[in-house]
Amino acid sequence: MQRQLLISKGARRFNRLGALFGHSLLGAIASSSVIALLFIFYFIMRDALPFFRIEGVREFFTSTHWYPSRDAPEFGALAIFVGSALVTLGASIVAVPLGILAALCLSDILPFSVRQVAKPVIEMLAAIPSVVFGFFALVVFAPLLQTHGGSIIAAGAWIVFAPLGLVAVAVSSDAAASRLPLKARAAGRVGAAVLMGSLAILALLALTGFLNRLPVSTGTNAFNVSIILGIMALPTIVSVSEDALNAVGRELREGSYALGATRAETLLKVVVPAAASGILAAVILGVMRAVGETMVVWMASGNAARIPSPWFNVLEPVRTLTATIAGDMGEADQVTGSARYHVLFAMALCLLAFAFIMNLVSEYVVRRSRKMRG
Amino acid sequence: MNRFRSALMTIALAAVLCVSFMPVAGFAQANKIIVDGSTTVGPIAKAFAEYYMSKNPGVNITVSESGSGNGAKSLINGTCDIATMSRFMKDEEFKAAVAKGVYPLGTVIAVDGLAVIVHPSCPVQALTTDQIRDIYTGTITNWKELGGPNVPIVLISRDTNSGTYESFEALVLNKQKISDRAEYVGSGGAIRSRVQSTPAAIGYVGLGFVDKTVKALKVNNVYPDPATVTSGLYPIARPLFMFTNGYPKMGSHLYSFLNLYLTQKGQQIIEEIGFVPVTKY
Repeated sequence: MQRQLLISKGARRFNRLGALFGHSLLGAIASSSVIALLFIFYFIMRDALPFFRIEGVREFFTSTHWYPSRDAPEFGALAIFVGSALVTLGASIVAVPLGILAALCLSDILPFSVRQVAKPVIEMLAAIPSVVFGFFALVVFAPLLQTHGGSIIAAGAWIVFAPLGLVAVAVSSDAAASRLPLKARAAGRVGAAVLMGSLAILALLALTGFLNRLPVSTGTNAFNVSIILGIMALPTIVSVSEDALNAVGRELREGSYALGATRAETLLKVVVPAAASGILAAVILGVMRAVGETMVVWMASGNAARIPSPWFNVLEPVRTLTATIAGDMGEADQVTGSARYHVLFAMALCLLAFAFIMNLVSEYVVRRSRKMRG
Repeated sequence: MNRFRSALMTIALAAVLCVSFMPVAGFAQANKIIVDGSTTVGPIAKAFAEYYMSKNPGVNITVSESGSGNGAKSLINGTCDIATMSRFMKDEEFKAAVAKGVYPLGTVIAVDGLAVIVHPSCPVQALTTDQIRDIYTGTITNWKELGGPNVPIVLISRDTNSGTYESFEALVLNKQKISDRAEYVGSGGAIRSRVQSTPAAIGYVGLGFVDKTVKALKVNNVYPDPATVTSGLYPIARPLFMFTNGYPKMGSHLYSFLNLYLTQKGQQIIEEIGFVPVTKY
């Protein structure tokens, strides 16, 4: 009877060999993305370093003359770095406050049934291909900006700053009212809210009055791209920071309420600080999406290699690193290995280095938050 | 049993992977023609391909538009049969081709005039090549210097990757630097759409992209049209090429496809798209 339970030697060997084969194959498949990353790093380094050997480092980082196709080419990429930075900054201004506020609304303010619908819809934004966004930016948004320039910017300012103002008003009126005696608290809160709300509205009106008069000569500019990139980064920021806010847990919120804190106090002094590192990670992920986006900026940023004057003038066209790589790749001579070819890899290396640093930071932040939560 | 099944599964997986990574067979089939290159010549190649495939079922012609430089690159690397180019091959490209055993042979299939286009509401009707150069090098920056309203000129240019840009640089800019205010877009259609929606814009496109939504300017007092382009009167004109690796074998599909521009139908197609045929039927 015992012999029947044993497997014959041959079968055992076959099984062991099969398992070994399977394990190594699956291991190879699992590590393929790591290997691919190493290869990407190796090949970009291999093609980027010759550029610095041929042309040196100084011109690339300090000059704004970008004429790669001339007989005496110039490879000053400073304006392109500034363009990338400006567009990223603009996208962050659009996406970060809106995204975090939306996440707060979804996790703590809106009823559960609304959240069940709203979150998948927001996440669907991430599924739209970037070329569709680019086409929209070029064909719809750019002409709109040119004909109704100032008023569109003013509307954008309302969308971005009104929720921020609302939160600020709610919080500060709450804080102001908490100093009053219990009886007057409700009335005091309303009074403070009305006062500060009207102040905020006045400030916004003044701002939009100024924005309304701004002339827009070209619709494909840093502003256009910032708005579109901001919308593209929104789903990442909302979804990841909402997860972080949810992970804070019911006990903390109930504890805070039990101590007599209002909802605003609970949100701002308990929930948000507890989820801060997760929110930061969400912001970093969203910013990475904006930095790496190519199609939208290539189609709608204007691609003029020039630092806007003054530097924060987002109504002028800019050129970004990703768009330059995409646009100049065709003519860059791969066969003869010219500086014009290698400069694109130098740019890719800069982007990769930036992405690497940002990823390390977000990894560090997320790990710290896990440790804090235990 | 479980382990045996998982071993089987991994073997099946491996087989699937192997099959999917197998090199694509039949690349060099005689009745398959791959065309790659200029976005300007692309529409001609596409119309030719459509016509040729309707006449010769069983022949498969694919046309990509990735820019003249990419077309040359593909021909040199042997990944296409015809490189469509809106400029002649450069010295380095020739050298690289010969080094790889490819002998590029250029055939002029049509002539293209580069029209300078503005918004229909723009009061300016004509410019000289010197004025166009001054606009694109940044010496003239406002329409009022040309008799128009007091608005800054929005410069639209093709990306430096395109043959159209290189022709414009050679025919108009005269080796001077293009202004850093110039905005770059990726295709002739995109230039037209930017110009038709931007009142202060100026752009340049192949004759085939000019339509009623934009206004083509007279250059040196000559209006860009097929007659002035073929006669050489219009100053911003250039030949369009199809490059092959040597001359194709007579009687092959590649041969008849390449020579389509000599037929009456071919010339009609070229005219319909807005370019100018080399010969008159």
